[in-house]
Amino acid sequence: MVKVLLWGSLAEEAEGQREVQVEAGTLRELLDGLAETFPGLCPELERGVSVSIDGKVYNDAWFTPIHADSEVVLLKRLKGG
Amino acid sequence: MALDDTKKTRDFKVIGTRPDRPDGIDKVTGRARFGADMVLPGMLTGRVLRSPHAHARIRSIDTSKAEALSGVKAVVTRADFDAVPDDMADILDNCMAGEKALYDGHAVAAVAATSAAVARRALKLIEVDCEVLPHVTDVDAAMEADAPVLHDGRQQETVPEGMSQNVIARSEFGHGDVEAGLAKADRVVARTFRTAATHQGYIEPHACVATMSSDGQGDLWVCTQGHYMVRNTCAAILGLEQGQLRVTASEIGGGFGGKTAVFLEPVALMLARKSGRPVKMVMSRSEVLRASGPTSSTSIDVRIGMTKGGRITAGMAELRYQGGAWPGSPVDMGAMSAFAPYDLENVKTIGWDVVTNRPKAAAYRAPGAPMAAFAVESTIDELARGFGLDPLEVRLMNGADEGTKASYGPTYPAIGLKATLEAAKAHPHWTAPLGENQGRGVACGFWFNFGGDTCVSLNITPDGTVTVSEGNPDIGGSRASMTMMAAEELGIPYDQVRTIIADTGSLGQNEVTDGSRVTFAVGLATIEAARAAKREMCRRAAMVWGIDEDAVDWEDGAARPAGPNAGKFPPMTLKEIAAIASNTGGPIAGHHEVNAEGAGVSFATHMVDVELDRETGSTKILRYTVLQDAGKAVHPSYVEGQFQGGAVQGIGWALNEEYIYGKDGVLQNPGFLDYRIPVASDLPMIDTVILEIPNPGHPYGVRGVGETSIVPPLAAIANAVSQAAGVRMTDLPLSPPKVLSALRGNAGA
Repeated sequence: MVKVLLWGSLAEEAEGQREVQVEAGTLRELLDGLAETFPGLCPELERGVSVSIDGKVYNDAWFTPIHADSEVVLLKRLKGG
Repeated sequence: MALDDTKKTRDFKVIGTRPDRPDGIDKVTGRARFGADMVLPGMLTGRVLRSPHAHARIRSIDTSKAEALSGVKAVVTRADFDAVPDDMADILDNCMAGEKALYDGHAVAAVAATSAAVARRALKLIEVDCEVLPHVTDVDAAMEADAPVLHDGRQQETVPEGMSQNVIARSEFGHGDVEAGLAKADRVVARTFRTAATHQGYIEPHACVATMSSDGQGDLWVCTQGHYMVRNTCAAILGLEQGQLRVTASEIGGGFGGKTAVFLEPVALMLARKSGRPVKMVMSRSEVLRASGPTSSTSIDVRIGMTKGGRITAGMAELRYQGGAWPGSPVDMGAMSAFAPYDLENVKTIGWDVVTNRPKAAAYRAPGAPMAAFAVESTIDELARGFGLDPLEVRLMNGADEGTKASYGPTYPAIGLKATLEAAKAHPHWTAPLGENQGRGVACGFWFNFGGDTCVSLNITPDGTVTVSEGNPDIGGSRASMTMMAAEELGIPYDQVRTIIADTGSLGQNEVTDGSRVTFAVGLATIEAARAAKREMCRRAAMVWGIDEDAVDWEDGAARPAGPNAGKFPPMTLKEIAAIASNTGGPIAGHHEVNAEGAGVSFATHMVDVELDRETGSTKILRYTVLQDAGKAVHPSYVEGQFQGGAVQGIGWALNEEYIYGKDGVLQNPGFLDYRIPVASDLPMIDTVILEIPNPGHPYGVRGVGETSIVPPLAAIANAVSQAAGVRMTDLPLSPPKVLSALRGNAGA
């Protein structure tokens, strides 16, 4: 199981939990697992998110490995100028 | 790709030097071709009819008189565009109004004619029947329950019931217990800050030339930060397959985030499709200001608690950003970055995304962060000075470091914030004496940086010169830095490499030049492409020598036997290998395609001295120093230029620049005479200090540097002016009337 930190307002869509756990070995499994376990997260996931894994930010790389002890943080989709 | 351990101990030969810029001659002689420089046979001139109203329902548009005018070859309205995918609907709506015109300057029709004069006459013949609606341009006013509503049904599930439909989204970040933290403070400061909408102020207006053949193949020449984005967006809007539309990026005269969207391009293609002729469109300066993408105006509440010793016990910010007429202001980035430089036990930010009757906000260098930093860094400054503490020491005491849990969630790896603060403390600027009516401000800034889809192709020519093709327009010197990284990796001189910006038919998908991503991501791909070419050249040498390819190394621009057991062969140079490429298997190239992840975050500290004129309220910048972590500066002159450019744009944002709307919702200052950007005579030389804390996610340690430098200036300048004036300044820009008013209020207090 991977522990995932959600941002404040997203937690409201995950039964009020700031930290949730999902079974995942990759980024894709993580996002699929979150959507399946917490359907309330789906609108935000569909709008796009970034994910910080051990301090590095990932956007779309589905097969980025995630380890059980990884620090995983869901972020709003990063934009730049 | 991780930091290359071999490079840690190796002295770079090319990286870190300052060779001549490859586009220098072209730009000083006028040979460089910008968006408006493209000319095609039979080309028409396109012009746009824009709404004079801030908010109006379009009942009908009659184009018949315009179409009948001699010389007019096509007229386009929204009726010419088919329905588009959901993610393109707002983009099309901004390029060409549908049911409503949503801001002053919103495009409602366009013509293509044989001359500019005919096109202008044709615009006057287009009859638009519309119902003028109430409008709102202020972010706080737009959130009020009885505010005029721009859209129904766009509010996200994150917004509490009962709020105005103009409030599109709410987001919240942070950790700990803010109220408990504030209770531990010796003092809590709560203030409201406001910033005006500003424009990126790029010199080159938006421009493009479009052609469209009857078989559906199109070509577009355009000034943009991302021609792949332009291709994909235009193809979706016009119902084309992406492969049928080739987009070539021109030289670009500045973008700073403002050229990460399309405005004219789908319209030009539609005019070209309808007329069967090439169509050129160039915005006037007025159109650029009225109808491209400025940044958000904001309203921000901050509460911060601090102990007498300077420790921040809690921080809270509520940020309201208007993003123009459609959802998508950068408030999330502001809310995530507001407290990012600090190690806080209790922190919370709330962001509100609000729509108003203004042009849709586009990115502007670290979008959303400068305004948030202005509010937070001003409040920290007020607390520090209130306790008689050194503002730099307070920032060092509270500064984030490796292992800090960032206010937006992740735990930082190695970062450079404290290095910039220590460098500021040691800089002679910090202890230089100040005169009468002068003040000194300091502020920190943060930006995320990112990577994304990137392709590079590196080709070895028969004479041994090297061409690198990248897919990102060169805004901040990417041709120089890619050339340098290729030369470094191949072990050949800088002059032996030329980098070009390839069109969309020549490489795979490339993300926009934004997010400070190019030197990081395209550099990473360039290094890998060069390594692929080196592997192939080693293989060719091994063939010639009749040894195993694993027994060949690449060093100083030549293949060499890896050791004494590999055999005694003289080094075979890149030129020698290139000359016999046909004999050894054919042309040699390297390429690399990647979704580059692992961009390292970036921090900066800025110091500024100002002097106030108590008669006029004007502010003069006396001295300015930027200290920023670059990871590894590939070409230090360009890095310094990025630091200086961000500081100067921040100076304009802090002191003069603002979109001024009249009561009628019409922009009052759509020109550079009334929209005052800083010019060279307004400024001292901006001093720079480059810190190099390697990014572990890049083989040479590179971090993006293009955006962080605009984050601290608003706060640093406001802190300096506040010190000089003896009044806390909370409303940007600090234009002379505002400063004069504050000075008079203070004198009377």
